[in-house]
Amino acid sequence: MATLKPVDAVVIGVGWTGGIVASELTKAGLNVVGLERGMFRDTDPDFQVPQVHDELDYGIRYKLFQDAAKETYTFRNNASQGALPIRQFGSFIPGNGLGGAGVHWNGVTWRFLPWDFETRSQTIARYGAGILGDDCTSQDWGVTYDEIEPYYDRFEYLCGIGGKAGHLQGKKIAGGNIFEGNRSREYPSPPMKQQYAGQLFTEGTGKLGYHPFPQPSANSTRPHTNPEGVEIGLCVYCGYCERFSCEMGAKASLQTTLLPNLMKNPKFELRPSSHVLRINLDRSGKKAVSVTYLDGAGVEQTQPAEMIFVTAWALNNVRLLLLSKIGQPYDPVKNTGVVGRNYAYQVNTAATLFYEGRHFNNFMAAGAIGTIIDDFNGDNFDHAGLDFIGGADIGQSNTNARPILYHPVPPGTPAWGSAWKSAVVKYYNNSASLNAQGGCQSYRQNYLDLDPTYTDAYGQPLLRMTMDWYKHEHKQSAFMVEKLGQIAKAMDAKQFTTGLLPEHYDIVPYQSTHNVGGAVMGADPRTSVVNKYGQSWDASNVFVLGASSFPQNAGYNPTGTLGALAYHTMDAVVKRYIKSPGRLA
Amino acid sequence: MPDDKALSRKLFVILGSGAVAGAAAVAAPEALRAEPVAAGHAKPASPRPTPPMEHAPTLKALGARPEAYAYLTGPEVAFVEAAVERLIPTDAHGPGAKEAGVAYYIDQQLAGRYGRGDTIYTQGPWGAGLPTQGYQLRYTPAEVYRLGIAATDAHAKTAYGKVFHLLDGAHQDVVLQGVESGAIVFEDVPAKTFFGMLLGDTVQGFFADPMYGGNRDKIGWKTIGFPGVGAVYLESVDKFNVPYDVAPVGIADEMQKSMAMQGGAPVEHVQTRLAGRARLRDIS
Repeated sequence: MATLKPVDAVVIGVGWTGGIVASELTKAGLNVVGLERGMFRDTDPDFQVPQVHDELDYGIRYKLFQDAAKETYTFRNNASQGALPIRQFGSFIPGNGLGGAGVHWNGVTWRFLPWDFETRSQTIARYGAGILGDDCTSQDWGVTYDEIEPYYDRFEYLCGIGGKAGHLQGKKIAGGNIFEGNRSREYPSPPMKQQYAGQLFTEGTGKLGYHPFPQPSANSTRPHTNPEGVEIGLCVYCGYCERFSCEMGAKASLQTTLLPNLMKNPKFELRPSSHVLRINLDRSGKKAVSVTYLDGAGVEQTQPAEMIFVTAWALNNVRLLLLSKIGQPYDPVKNTGVVGRNYAYQVNTAATLFYEGRHFNNFMAAGAIGTIIDDFNGDNFDHAGLDFIGGADIGQSNTNARPILYHPVPPGTPAWGSAWKSAVVKYYNNSASLNAQGGCQSYRQNYLDLDPTYTDAYGQPLLRMTMDWYKHEHKQSAFMVEKLGQIAKAMDAKQFTTGLLPEHYDIVPYQSTHNVGGAVMGADPRTSVVNKYGQSWDASNVFVLGASSFPQNAGYNPTGTLGALAYHTMDAVVKRYIKSPGRLA
Repeated sequence: MPDDKALSRKLFVILGSGAVAGAAAVAAPEALRAEPVAAGHAKPASPRPTPPMEHAPTLKALGARPEAYAYLTGPEVAFVEAAVERLIPTDAHGPGAKEAGVAYYIDQQLAGRYGRGDTIYTQGPWGAGLPTQGYQLRYTPAEVYRLGIAATDAHAKTAYGKVFHLLDGAHQDVVLQGVESGAIVFEDVPAKTFFGMLLGDTVQGFFADPMYGGNRDKIGWKTIGFPGVGAVYLESVDKFNVPYDVAPVGIADEMQKSMAMQGGAPVEHVQTRLAGRARLRDIS
């Protein structure tokens, strides 16, 4: 084992948050080492056509994703069951490689609602504590929307997000999302084009009195030079976003926004193929001193640093804290400890609409194309008498029509044979998708810890997930099924299918990779792992960024918020921490 | 959709510029005249420039495909060819999975990393688990096929006196339904697990890029009207309710054509019939 020359900061995982950290620190003159377990990759030549439009390799065989054979998670619905390894990914698929999940994402870039940051206190103020339920541990974030609004703005201009403001400088604007928090500026780019089904959705939800607006998108709608001076390409609606990388440099990612400058900066050193094993603390246990990792040759290396940023994917952040013994592990029986507490997910309730004799051309698409209503998200509607909190963004978005995964058939169709084939032929181009992407509350009994039995390819314990659906998720799903049915009818669909959330969470069918929590932020060290700057309460030179810090999940995609929070952290680190290391809150 | 096709050409000139530089003499004159459509289309600067292609494979080298079964045994090939034809049959909508090469696709997949379970976590201990915990067998997919095919043939022989592929179609369907529902019980692997793999792989082989040996002649894509990989729809996406009838394009088409032309234009979508007048907002 070698101990390397000390540096100012180490970044563990070089995706969206790690890239933002490295960019801001190197601009402030600090030396930064980026430890990335995957390989270097860039738009050219790694993401180029025609190979990148290979549905089998990327969409089915998970070319851009974490290798489950080497590192997976174990899972059970509740603590009375034995956890077993997720032997092949299904419900969620963690990314891998430089740029992380920001390479294969769809590009939907939301701001969470002001309510989302104050879920517990605002719920109690409006409805009383009874609606939450005894086991619900959803809480306030310790930061408000207004505090991070400038950083949302910063991330949106970094990416060149296309959208239409609905609440700009105190004014509500029709055609945008009138429910959103106040914006200081309009989006940097105009919204995406709408699909045919989006047009039907706009008309249908308009008839119902709802407020449709274009989904905010990181699939660039016009050439954009960001504040870093980096030029972002133009989306051509190819229909290969999620699970794929973008050949156009048009889907905002580390590669299209920050990497060109970062790679030119001698203050930054990227070390690909570096698998981090643990963060090492000093004897006091209050300060991190170094990071131990395996290099590409399998040799253990130790990199000392003054600051350590944990910027891997949410679940992997939590696991690294547990492996490094930073923070007290959560114990659901005694209800003590914090690391692994408040793991939450997302509730997707979908509908497929079937038409006759139309041409939807759903293969002309983009990951973040779509038309949304936010009338039933967060606390935008009255929950009195509903017995659940939170909600969903309801939208029409056909992100693709890649045929292995997209060939919908109406209910009652056999799964194979001539009748199946006839239905696929008839409806491939006569169908449209609706989705309600719902928030998910946190519960005392849903949590993450280290598995006592199973290990990864390097001999370290896997992370164990104990997770099921409870009151708020089931009731929300039933509510959304009704709303989706109402909208489907208003869109003149001849037939449609919707599906209630199953009784128990199932890790087999793909649902969402918006896994959150486990290293949550807050104002109280007894119920949070990090403060509002993502700074560990236990080791103040360790910062844990990303969706692991969300105390529960909103009815939105997480990237806009985790990008904003990363900039919020870095503003405080650069302006205050570097000059005077110590607790920022 | 002339706008998108033109854009597709222009984009290729930009994206394929590394190859153009090395072989301008044989590049398509039309492509060379094309101007970049906008500065913003250009790829961002890369720290790793693409070197000019020195030894571009010829069309012939990539086009020759010596197909042979690599994993499946003779009796297994007979089973898979028969089974996939029942799952996606030849009918009024055109050729089915057998003609589309799906048996060969499945064989190639089973012979490779999918069949070997290379991306499956394979550490013990093993437990049956709950349905919500997913696949928990110690068998690789290739092993599931071996056992599942043998068990299905054994059942067919017991029930009807013949192995599966020698039964008529109606009886084959009855057997497949029994495997699908689990009514037919296998000794080694759950029948439903085997059927799920067989059906999933058959659909994949029908719709995956032809470079993997199935979806031969893009039969699967032509059946449903998927245009394939030459996907530039900037000017078409908002032309509502208008047919987009084109001859689909696969990865090999694009790659072989561009290599043959050494940097020329990619294969374009060719309209197979006139699109007719746009019927905008036809939501009657």
